[in-house]
Amino acid sequence: MTTSAMSQIVNPSETYEAVIGIECHVELKTASKMFCGCPNAFGGEPNTKVCPVCLALPGALPVPNALAIEHMIRSGLAFGATIPSHSKFDRKNYFYPDMPKNYQISQYDMPLTVGGAVGYWLEDGTRGECRLTRIHLEEDTGKSTHASADGRLAGATSSLIDFNRAGVPLMECVGEPDLRSADEAVAFLEMLARTFRELGVSDVKMEEGSLRCDANVSIRRRGATEYGTKAEIKNMNSFRSVRRAIESEIARQIQVIEGGGRVIQETRGWDESAGVTHSQRSKEEAHDYRYFPDPDLVPIDVTAETVERVRATLPETPYARYVRYVDTFGIDSKRATQLVDDHRLAAWFDRAVAAAGGKASAVVAFVLGDLARLANENDVQLADGKVTPEALAELVALTSSNAINSKAAKQVLETLWAEGGSAKAIVEREGLAQMSDRGAVEAIVDEVLAANPNVVADYKAGKTNVMGFLTGQVMKASRGKANPTLAQGLLKEKLGS
Amino acid sequence: MDPIHDSARAIAREVNARAVAAVEIADALVPQISRVDAAIGAYRELTPELMRSHARNVDERIARGERLPLAGVPVAIKDNMCLEGTHTTAGSKILENFVAPYTATAVQRLLDAGALPIGKTNLDEFAMGSSGENSAFEKTKNPYDLDRVPGGSSAGSAASVAARIATLSLGSDTGGSIREPAAFCNVVGFKPTYGRVSRYGLIAFASSLDQIGPFGRTVEDAALAYDVIAGKDPLDATSLDRAIESAADHLRGDLRGVRVGIVKEFALSDLDGATAACYERAYADLERLGAELVEVELPTAKYGLATYYLIAPAECSSNLARFDGVRYGLRVDGADVGEMYERTRAAGFGPEVKRRILIGTYALSSGYYDAYYLKAQKARTRIGEDFARAFERCDVIAAPAVSAPAFRFNAKSDPVTMYLMDYYTIPGSLAGLPSLSVPCGASVPLDGTRPMPLGLQLTSPLFTERALLGYAHAYEQSTLHAEKIAAPEVCNA
Repeated sequence: MTTSAMSQIVNPSETYEAVIGIECHVELKTASKMFCGCPNAFGGEPNTKVCPVCLALPGALPVPNALAIEHMIRSGLAFGATIPSHSKFDRKNYFYPDMPKNYQISQYDMPLTVGGAVGYWLEDGTRGECRLTRIHLEEDTGKSTHASADGRLAGATSSLIDFNRAGVPLMECVGEPDLRSADEAVAFLEMLARTFRELGVSDVKMEEGSLRCDANVSIRRRGATEYGTKAEIKNMNSFRSVRRAIESEIARQIQVIEGGGRVIQETRGWDESAGVTHSQRSKEEAHDYRYFPDPDLVPIDVTAETVERVRATLPETPYARYVRYVDTFGIDSKRATQLVDDHRLAAWFDRAVAAAGGKASAVVAFVLGDLARLANENDVQLADGKVTPEALAELVALTSSNAINSKAAKQVLETLWAEGGSAKAIVEREGLAQMSDRGAVEAIVDEVLAANPNVVADYKAGKTNVMGFLTGQVMKASRGKANPTLAQGLLKEKLGS
Repeated sequence: MDPIHDSARAIAREVNARAVAAVEIADALVPQISRVDAAIGAYRELTPELMRSHARNVDERIARGERLPLAGVPVAIKDNMCLEGTHTTAGSKILENFVAPYTATAVQRLLDAGALPIGKTNLDEFAMGSSGENSAFEKTKNPYDLDRVPGGSSAGSAASVAARIATLSLGSDTGGSIREPAAFCNVVGFKPTYGRVSRYGLIAFASSLDQIGPFGRTVEDAALAYDVIAGKDPLDATSLDRAIESAADHLRGDLRGVRVGIVKEFALSDLDGATAACYERAYADLERLGAELVEVELPTAKYGLATYYLIAPAECSSNLARFDGVRYGLRVDGADVGEMYERTRAAGFGPEVKRRILIGTYALSSGYYDAYYLKAQKARTRIGEDFARAFERCDVIAAPAVSAPAFRFNAKSDPVTMYLMDYYTIPGSLAGLPSLSVPCGASVPLDGTRPMPLGLQLTSPLFTERALLGYAHAYEQSTLHAEKIAAPEVCNA
């Protein structure tokens, strides 16, 4: 909590509990728009990606994008939603200049996916789940630019509209009010974003507006079962602003109630620079959207075969992957998150673990340690580098069987990074195999002891800290190849301690 | 060969045989059209240059050895269909200056088949009306009596074919807008099964009812045009993906073995004596041709009008929302965008369009949806079921297309009286059925002295266009009613 308002309230988090439900819009990744053949791509010269359909010229008709419908089924299945066999498109009627038809083709009472839940985890590894009400398919609007000094509608004398975005397929995910803090809300959103990326249904770039969300926020006394009156918060443009806006709104509502007032149902806009929400529209002013089935489109029938075909191509979800890393591999939450957040890295990691016979902790140490450092230093994605998962697995095998020591391992990794190839071959070529033969190491130990009579005397006089020096000498004499544990054991043995 | 009076079939035959060039037809017609249309006002815009350029193209294609089903046939297009480069107004001030940047699928198919576009025909604003009087521009006159309406909403499309200033035309029918003006103008007007003809490029009035169809002076010509325009269109999700069987080549000469349903609820005794007598003769003619007349019941048909006047306005209230002054068409500036919308739509829409937008907005409103729109949809289903039951007992239903011949301008001043004009045509529209009006004689209007044309409406089960056109052809060829009425004097201008 950063707001000064919070400091005036005594332990509000002990008295009140927030109830949060998220609705978010995600632009789907398809070649063409939802109902016409125009390209679905971000940006471009204004009004260059338009046609009679997405400009709503007289007589133009929509034809649904089959891939967008498949993306919906894919998304629903990933969250365990039900895919009803019948669905339809409805018209949501309201006037807005950047909406060409003055109705939006959306889905009202028969969405493509119903139910399901999003599992998420917080930074400390605590897990939670937020149920989904539904995910439905609709179309995006154009973008208005207001010709005023600050780009706001107030004071503008004219507005310019770019319809390139109009008609881009948009899925709306409606979450149940299961979230209890801004952290949970952000964790939920991050899980949606990760999952949609993994599924390939969206690029989820918040800065390009391909993920936009609203939050319904209310508070109630802890232990209460009824919901408080909610406010709908809009205009949050990043995960950071989602967190700040929700925290600010919770603080505002607590203040209203503590001050003896009542929260009213309204839409509030988040003001990023002021760090507060402002009232935009009360419930009384809410639109009557006059939904009705779009007579230009036929009902959507989703067959069981289609659902099964899509289900068969579903990848592991990021949440399932996280749970596997933590619960099965024993990786800590932070490192598991690092892997899950880079799905190409995670895929690379999984291949390496498989090749290494399941030695996940050894693999993760390399992947997030020396390999991550090398990738970072060279500004190359690990998965694009020359080190193959199989080569890393070899390296893991070589170190865990003590065939090479950790110093040599580092050297092999550097070479692998620079040249690729096999870890074994490098070890052989460079003669890095660890000397674990007792007789060979013993011979070197004897040499070192014979060459350093004074040090031996010191040791025997009780200066046991010279052991480090002696081990170093053995390593040096063996050109780094001696198994250091073995060398130290032999030294101690010979010195009679 | 007479390009003014000949049928589309005859013109196409001559042009395909290179007996006459399409360019010659265009040249012969252009001055005639201007002359005659000065009296009738069927056209909103004439496109002589486009007509000539298409004619040249047709001649080149024929010279290359192509055969085109509508080679050199002059066609008129209702002005609610887009034709690239032409004004497309839908009869409304709000689109007065709109030039279509693309062409409707049905229009494109006509052009691809060798038809020559004469121009765009007048209509009731956004196809809302039954007389043509709701056009925001001039009032199209009935060629058979210039003091009377041609019917609507496809007023100019019917009048142009009747006045021999088009051989074929395209109209659109939502609740009777092809069949009613066809009856008033002594021509054949055919509304195919909903979904047979693509609506892409047709300015929507009520999407679930709108259907494009042809007008011709003979059933055969209408069938010829239907064969060309029908079929699945990837640009219209509601267009039917079913095989189209050529209708024009399967017309028949008699009605032996055909069961013709006469609707109990459409009692001819409700009509004036002369009109009733005309329809009675028509039924008798069907019987004479070998048909068996059977009485069928459509108990829910009487709810057709009420049902239609909820569904059509509801859809129109949403379809017409795009006319807002933002992207094209009329814009009347205001202090802010809301005021701009209000002023634009207040100035751009006529009273009937506004009335229907209001009715539709109300019917869809939260709290009223179930009582109005949803109930109307249920009634619509019932009406469809009634027809299905009736068609268990008959192959085709015969009924009046109109309850009286064409009326005088301004004769029907209250909207409900006007709405009642579509009493016989609306039930078939709600059921999505193929239906046509074929000339069946004339009767003297109660307010006149000269007989005016009437049309017999034939309606058949879904997707049975071929059979329906066959029955109509048999009736037409044995009665020749259209020919018995002298061509309008105005044609000889």
